[in-house]
Amino acid sequence: MMILMALRLALRSLLRNRMRSALTALGVIIGVAALLVTVVLGEGTRKMVAAQIASMGSAILMIVPGASAQGGFMGGTGSGRPLQRDDVEAILQARSVRYAVPVDRTVAQVVSSNLNWQTPIIGTTTDYLALRDWPVARGRFFNSAENDTAAKVCVLGKTVAQNIFGDTDPVGQQLRVKQMPCEVIGLLAAKGQSAMGSDQDDVLIMPSLTLRTRVLNQNRQFVSTIMVSATSEDDLSAAESEVVSILRQRHKLSDDQENDFTVRNLAELVQTQQKIVETQTGMLRNVAAVSLLVGGIGIMNIMLVSVTERTREIGIRLAIGARERDILLQFLVEAVVLSVMGGLLGIGLGVLAATLFSKLGGGMPVDFSAFWMILGFGVSVAIGVLFGFYPARKAARLDPIDALRYE
Amino acid sequence: MSDADANSQPLLRLSKITKVYTRGDLAVPALRGIDLTIEQGEFVAVMGPSGSGKSTLMNLIGCLDRPTSGAYYLEGQDVAQLDRDALAGVRLRTLGFVFQGFNLLSRTTALENVELPLLYAGMKSQERAERAKDALRRVGLDARAGHTPNQLSGGQQQRVAIARALVTRPKLLLADEPTGNLDSRTSIEVMALLQELNGEGLTVLLVTHEPDIASYAGRLLLVKDGRLRTDEKRKAMSAKQALSEWRDEETLQ
Repeated sequence: MMILMALRLALRSLLRNRMRSALTALGVIIGVAALLVTVVLGEGTRKMVAAQIASMGSAILMIVPGASAQGGFMGGTGSGRPLQRDDVEAILQARSVRYAVPVDRTVAQVVSSNLNWQTPIIGTTTDYLALRDWPVARGRFFNSAENDTAAKVCVLGKTVAQNIFGDTDPVGQQLRVKQMPCEVIGLLAAKGQSAMGSDQDDVLIMPSLTLRTRVLNQNRQFVSTIMVSATSEDDLSAAESEVVSILRQRHKLSDDQENDFTVRNLAELVQTQQKIVETQTGMLRNVAAVSLLVGGIGIMNIMLVSVTERTREIGIRLAIGARERDILLQFLVEAVVLSVMGGLLGIGLGVLAATLFSKLGGGMPVDFSAFWMILGFGVSVAIGVLFGFYPARKAARLDPIDALRYE
Repeated sequence: MSDADANSQPLLRLSKITKVYTRGDLAVPALRGIDLTIEQGEFVAVMGPSGSGKSTLMNLIGCLDRPTSGAYYLEGQDVAQLDRDALAGVRLRTLGFVFQGFNLLSRTTALENVELPLLYAGMKSQERAERAKDALRRVGLDARAGHTPNQLSGGQQQRVAIARALVTRPKLLLADEPTGNLDSRTSIEVMALLQELNGEGLTVLLVTHEPDIASYAGRLLLVKDGRLRTDEKRKAMSAKQALSEWRDEETLQ
């Protein structure tokens, strides 16, 4: 009841000085808008990264030969000792390792009877799908016998299947990879974008030996990368050190020699991307904080002016029986209304700016959940209360006689 | 409280009231011991030169200020010791104020101005509007309820202020130079209204420096140097009669 009356009074008083109110609210408008952009973009990225880590399969390590991560190695990737097929078997023995598969990659033209498509090709072993947590939609994945005999079979990602076979069921069809004829035995479930934004469904997977010996014509003993998954996310660093010590032992490295291979943590790579976004939004967060502070001080300033201007009015109200808390409430509500008006405009502006940022920034993910709107609203209420309290208390503490005499 | 009790006890009683203002190290006494009793239904005028302490006295009686020493009983209650909120409650329920400068809220309609004390009393909006309209009708301004102060003449503004003072049905109306900003004719009209209200049982305490305005009161207090110099009861002039004589003069001219 009392609040409602104070609200009406506040609105009337603020509308009386439209320009002044608008300018005063500007700080809060900018502050809340910047705050909203920060959280909407930051949270959007965080959610995307979490989703991508989940889609990649958690707790995955990539081992590549050459290029020492510790520096001092000048040969470049691959110039060191190559990884061997036996390394995969050795790594599989480690306690914290669940799966270990060789992964060779190339890009080749895939040709069917009348269509062709250039696509990344992966050569690996049977455990690859389990490691990536990637189900087969139709047909089946190749088995270890097919791998050992370098069978001419392959499994297609959804994008490749659509581009080569259209809507026809690809399972059982024939296609050529370079010059090698090959039977499609399975279609993978759709997986979506990777952390780097590439289409993970644009892929053809075949047995590791098939790719190395029949397509690439390379030594069957070597593999270009090894992909390893830990038994759990918590075991990832344990798995990493086990892998390192196994490979060092197998490569006969003495204690003073650096690793001749590199172990990469995929989750870390994705998190790096998140850090970049956080740095960008961090600037904005500072803008938000400063702007909210300045906006709050602006409100306090204008409320002090308002209290002085209306000293006589306060005197009248006190004389006819208003209590201190009535006056306090009146001016506090006015400050909060001013701040909340700014906050609402700021939310609108923030949503607009975040959408624009996201569009211009190449589809940066945004998270427009109601929680952030409520947060923006809450922040503006808090600013109003925080910075409106001092002027309101000053008004409430006025001496009625002095206030009545004020000219 | 029964009617007998209410009648046996004065509306207000001041006992050895002093007020000392301190300006830096200097103590300036404004009231040097006032004893005063006002009965229910009296019409009292307070006169005195500026600096005599009559405004201070008015503020103390109006519960806008507290005495340095002494006791102030309003309806039997010692209000000298009440805190700010309690004093606000007394101002709200027991007292009504009328000022020289009208002190209406600008850009606020007459009706809303009159409703204001009821708002602080926490009254519901419908009842509030009805009571405020009644009060405006009582001062003859119900037709102007939607006007803002700058659309009203000085006399009308003062009548709105009187309606605002009346709307909480106070026991005591405090009028501080209520005719100070009005011409003679309007002044007499306002005095006639106050006399009428007094006739209905409202106690009126009037501060003025104009002897002819004071002559409409049935009791005259003269304050000088912080002391009560004169306290006399006399036959009050009738403002209504003065008003009709004024009309006669006008018709003659």
